[in-house]
Amino acid sequence: MLALSPEERAVASGETGEGTAVAMRIVAEAARLLSAPRLIPIASAHIDGALYHGDSGTLFAERLVAGGARVAVRATLNVGALDLTGCAQVRLAEPQRGMARRMMEAYRALGCETSWTCAPYQAGHRPAAGTDVAWGESNAVVFCNSVLGARTNRYGDFLDIACAITGLAPDHGLHRPENRRARLVFDVSALDPGFLATETAWPVLGSLYGRLAGEAVGVVAGVPAHPGEDALKAFGAAAASSGAVGLFHIAGVTPEAPDLATALGGEEPETTIRVTPAMAAEARRRLSTAERPDRIDAVAIGSPHLSAAEFAALERLLGGRRLAVPLYACTGRHVVAELDRDGRRKALEAQGVTIVADTCVVVTPIMRDLPAGVLMTNSGKFAHYAPGNTGYAVLYGSLADCVESAVAGRPVFAEHGA
Amino acid sequence: MSAARTQVLVAGRPGEGEALVLTAPISFWGGIEPASGRVADVRHPQHGLCVSGRVLFVPGTIGSSSASAVLLELVHRGIAPAALVLHEPDAILLLGLIVAREMDWETPVAVRMDRDGFAAFVGSRARVDADGVHAAST
Repeated sequence: MLALSPEERAVASGETGEGTAVAMRIVAEAARLLSAPRLIPIASAHIDGALYHGDSGTLFAERLVAGGARVAVRATLNVGALDLTGCAQVRLAEPQRGMARRMMEAYRALGCETSWTCAPYQAGHRPAAGTDVAWGESNAVVFCNSVLGARTNRYGDFLDIACAITGLAPDHGLHRPENRRARLVFDVSALDPGFLATETAWPVLGSLYGRLAGEAVGVVAGVPAHPGEDALKAFGAAAASSGAVGLFHIAGVTPEAPDLATALGGEEPETTIRVTPAMAAEARRRLSTAERPDRIDAVAIGSPHLSAAEFAALERLLGGRRLAVPLYACTGRHVVAELDRDGRRKALEAQGVTIVADTCVVVTPIMRDLPAGVLMTNSGKFAHYAPGNTGYAVLYGSLADCVESAVAGRPVFAEHGA
Repeated sequence: MSAARTQVLVAGRPGEGEALVLTAPISFWGGIEPASGRVADVRHPQHGLCVSGRVLFVPGTIGSSSASAVLLELVHRGIAPAALVLHEPDAILLLGLIVAREMDWETPVAVRMDRDGFAAFVGSRARVDADGVHAAST
């Protein structure tokens, strides 16, 4: 049974204002449904609730503002439905456009940081290992838990902002150390170390991992070297798209897995998956839905949002060439500011790159409507969501393949076909 | 017929309507159109049917944490199910009803019931109130 403190009950009854009362009642009701015994303090929040799905969400956020609510902890914002930087044109029509803008404005008025990125952890929001936080957006949740070692559940719309306003979250799930131990081993030692050193290995393996692990906490074994932060970002995002993954460990790489035995909490795994090269090849094939296309219509990269390092790789691969089809590069305004400082954005745009900030091409209409369109991507998450959300068929490839194909206007693969 | 054994998850208006028994778990976000209440997921067995005004039996939920936003939008547009019968209490989905209540919008009742009992309601009308799920005469 949930027990609220006298202070929490006072807040819920409106003693500190109607906005915080609404937030406290929402957190308490969620705790009751989750059978959490109490609420615990949180150090920060990442809010996924500011993406427009309909007028009701805007009205709720404005209700909180009217009730005088403010966030009690640091709260960054995930993507909205509009590019407020003006980098890209969003084709959202009125009245939805106005309601989407009002929603973004309401979350700013609540005291949230206008980060507008799904990679807050690369925009300076990195909670310390072991701290409790309330984060939304599946890739941010999995990165926060797995790579940073902070503790969060998968907070959904409304609960994320309610936690940020109260500074509290239900004591449940991945906040509790006993639920963070791996029960599944995902052994990649049979794969070629050369493959594990490639960029595509991580979204491909993440997609396979998510499908097989589902909600279970697992540990990846047999990774010879730290693959880099952007690879872990891609692995987690793909895993959280194909399954309900909230936390993974990589033995010898992530903070709660100095070695395999520690990740398993000294116990035997309940399941061991030995990944074969054939399984990895099949997982890669499944990321594409387009069958042997002879052309591509667009390329989309940046799910999760591109880091500064990923933009540097894009510039290197482009080498100043002009693109034959549009390439959408989705990122946060923290990276755009860096690109703008030395004229790099203008140079990329002159080559045919469309930079998309504050939002991305699968959550709001940016790419043109093209019923039989083919979209190429290096993102496991875009590969998962683009067919349903944009109508484009997807062709999966590495960043280098995406760039070469965008220059040629047709699929170009460096090694083997898709 | 006596009421099937249930537990109220989120109190709300009692509802009556034709039963819509989902035969596979559903993701509300991407799975149900918030503007129409239609099951939009082409891979779902009840694809194309509309949840509005029906007593919706949900054997399980999957997918996105934006399920609550879709349910809230259905309530706001007046096209929510007449009542929700869930095998498991899904806090993320039910948050949509909790927020709707905070907005002073009238919400349908949501109850928990073992999915083994769902089949008895296929093709019939059902009524859901604080006492449970009842077969209703047409």
